[in-house]
Amino acid sequence: MSPDIIIDWLQASLRWGAPLILVAIGEVYSERSGVINMGIEGIMLFGALAGIAISFFTGNVLLATIGTMILGALFGLAVAFLTVSRKTNQVVTGLMVNLMALGGTNLLFALLSESRHVRVERYPLLFPESFSNIPILGPVLFRQPVSTWVALILPFIAAYILYRTDWGLNVRAVGENPQAAATAGLPVIKLKYQAVILSGLFAALGGCVLTLAEVGYFASGGMTAGRGFVVLAAVVVGGWDPLKTALVCLVFGAADAAQLRMQTAGSVIPYQFLQMLPYLITVIALAGVVGRSRPPKTWGAPYDPADI
Amino acid sequence: MTQNIEIAMRMEGITKRFPGVLANDRISLDCRKGEVLGLLGENGAGKTTLMNILYGLHQPDSGKIFIEGKEVKIESPAKAIELGIGMVHQHFKLVDTLTALENVILGIPSEHPMVLDLAPARKRFLSLCEEYDLYVDPTVETWRLSVGKQQWLEILKALYRDARLLVLDEPTAVLTPSEGEQLFKAIRKLTKEGRSVIFISHKFGEVLEITDRITVIRDGHVVGTVPTKEATYPELARMMVGRPVSMDRKPRPSATKIDPVLVMENVQANNDRGLPALKNINLTVKAGEIVGVAGVDGNGQLELAECIVGLRKRTGGSIRIQGHDVDRVMADPSFVGYIPADRQKVGLFLTLTVAENLVVKDYAKPPFTRRGVLRYQAIRQHANRLIKEYNIRTPSSEVQVVHLSGGNQQKVVVAREMSAQPPLVIASQATRGLDLGAVESVHNFLLKERNRGAAVLFISTELQEVMSLSDRIIVMFRGEIMGEMDGEAADINVIGQMMLGQVTEVVA
Ligand SMILES: Nc1ncnc2c1ncn2[C@@H]1O[C@H](COP(=O)(O)OP(=O)(O)OP(=O)(O)O)[C@@H](O)[C@H]1O
Ligand SMILES: [Mg+2]
Repeated sequence: MSPDIIIDWLQASLRWGAPLILVAIGEVYSERSGVINMGIEGIMLFGALAGIAISFFTGNVLLATIGTMILGALFGLAVAFLTVSRKTNQVVTGLMVNLMALGGTNLLFALLSESRHVRVERYPLLFPESFSNIPILGPVLFRQPVSTWVALILPFIAAYILYRTDWGLNVRAVGENPQAAATAGLPVIKLKYQAVILSGLFAALGGCVLTLAEVGYFASGGMTAGRGFVVLAAVVVGGWDPLKTALVCLVFGAADAAQLRMQTAGSVIPYQFLQMLPYLITVIALAGVVGRSRPPKTWGAPYDPADI
Repeated sequence: MTQNIEIAMRMEGITKRFPGVLANDRISLDCRKGEVLGLLGENGAGKTTLMNILYGLHQPDSGKIFIEGKEVKIESPAKAIELGIGMVHQHFKLVDTLTALENVILGIPSEHPMVLDLAPARKRFLSLCEEYDLYVDPTVETWRLSVGKQQWLEILKALYRDARLLVLDEPTAVLTPSEGEQLFKAIRKLTKEGRSVIFISHKFGEVLEITDRITVIRDGHVVGTVPTKEATYPELARMMVGRPVSMDRKPRPSATKIDPVLVMENVQANNDRGLPALKNINLTVKAGEIVGVAGVDGNGQLELAECIVGLRKRTGGSIRIQGHDVDRVMADPSFVGYIPADRQKVGLFLTLTVAENLVVKDYAKPPFTRRGVLRYQAIRQHANRLIKEYNIRTPSSEVQVVHLSGGNQQKVVVAREMSAQPPLVIASQATRGLDLGAVESVHNFLLKERNRGAAVLFISTELQEVMSLSDRIIVMFRGEIMGEMDGEAADINVIGQMMLGQVTEVVA
């Protein structure tokens, strides 16, 4: 293997890992508050389409990003309303969102036929072109769109917020013991809403990054291809910690990048098997780690304020 | 009026109904500034419910609450805290994975919300620790704290919010005698500062010692309020239970069987922190006897019980039950009846119903199951029989256990563990949180088990009940058995000394 291939692979790993990290950050908050937002796969898909559509019509990626995040927050609000206020089952709610997203994006995409397979404006590079000429680091780190850098820095900010701010402490308390949090005077429901809305917002952003940083177009038929589910696994493997989870996302991103490279390189292994690789790694990582990482105590459980 | 007594809090005609129960029936009471008001009442009388209403956790169906003369509506704990009300719950409300300090500041908006600056909070917390002589390490995660320390933490949490009215719901149920003394000192200091305390307890001695006035509640309504100076034990007991109650040593037939049921040889085990908790325990409990284990909480009693029932790994020694190795018989739950010290974490499935909790040891056997299908009719019948026999107060057998009062939750555990008639009963703090009448009936049930021929290990930190119930008494101190004596002839002073680790020459 030539060094070029490795450098290329490393660069792609970061690019593929970035959207996963963004989605994961939101999900970490949501699950820390006790709510599993299983709908992130679907919200990601909506985000991917919205990013493309808004960018196509406005030609402005910043506007596309902000619009997509607002859309995601609204999805988060809907999930919060169902799971927190209506106490619906979190798994079923998530599945519903995902199925709806699959059909919904296909339909909308058909309606937006103008933009079909049109490449739109994508995220710019953060650093000037000249940086890319630095050996190794140049192509790997500096020939990266803004979004990759955001995804690399965000986990640190997220960890800071989770462990070092009032709000982070409150969210952790709510997921561990909502009754105790309520007795301490915390607005439990409100905090759960906030955390779930964040997960929606970040899921949509992740989807948007998938299209606007990477492929540049939307492909109907579920182009997120289960990445949202991979994130759900990454959060568990990462022990509900923003930094560890981000690291796991990078590993998945690397597997994704590797399988794509091997496909195009014309490997003897059938491509279907290669496509399976990231998911296989997910399963192995889950099997290896589950049981050792401890979820928030009310993980996935509904909260009834009347129970004391 | 020309009184100069200031009323800190007054409740008027509070009524609260839960599905199937009238928990509070037009309750009126008041608490004066600088006084300790005792709240007495049987299990399920409605004490906790009333206090939860005061703390904004429940909304009353009707009734008014006045704080310092002003009518208030307390719609949430946040509002209660704002009004200067603090509450230490019967079952603690701490977030296990957070540190002590984090638990204390939880819910208090800090000056700079973007930075969780713990330094000033730590300073204030430590000065409170010192002021009230209740020390808790602020950096330790709360699940590592002993129950006594968790209690301190709950009190400090309320004081940190500057509570002027502090509700203590059965605070002493989990405290050692010396911790109890420490608590009383803190309470006295609080009232001297003009704060008020509402003190709920089933222990009469304490209530008579610490309170200024006592309000007695029965079946959700107030029976009466008496100044403590004029109150007497028999009168209070009668007000509370409606009949006289005796805690004296019960007469019993002498044991007929002598087969050893439980034999422990050189048993060693570690505690949760990995330190040795049991050092070379040798103990035999025979059929038809009650062996009482006295000792200050935390001297290995928990580990002793857990080793016997197979919940804790031994680091050495052997345990045999009816001649079988304990590791082998544990697969069969009918060998040992176990009443654990922590009913909520170990003893019960809180979200299952009373009927289901009563059958969890036997559900896989007929008549509760047939060809793998549970037969709810049989399960319900079984439950209704036990509810009656053990006087469990619940609207029906189909209520989730979490909705029962603390004492009635305990009765569910007792009923399940004793009704199977196991050869060995391990009772660990079996009467914790029970009212007077219920304590008496648990004692009677244990005595009945003994007379039936069961071997009973009775672990309790209440010296009084160990002495009144046991045929033989052993005293534990720092993981060792300090001494052993006959229950009939035991001397409370000798036991007291052994509990503190002083070896007394036993005159043969
Ligand atoms: N959330 C609830 N839902 C339904 N019933 C409840 C609920 N909380 C309490 N009850 C019922 O209300 C009654 C009063 O309970 P409460 O906990 O106030 O008793 P208590 O006086 O504190 O007893 P204890 O001394 O055993 O703690 C009980 O019959 C209990 O089953
Ligand atoms: Mg109570």
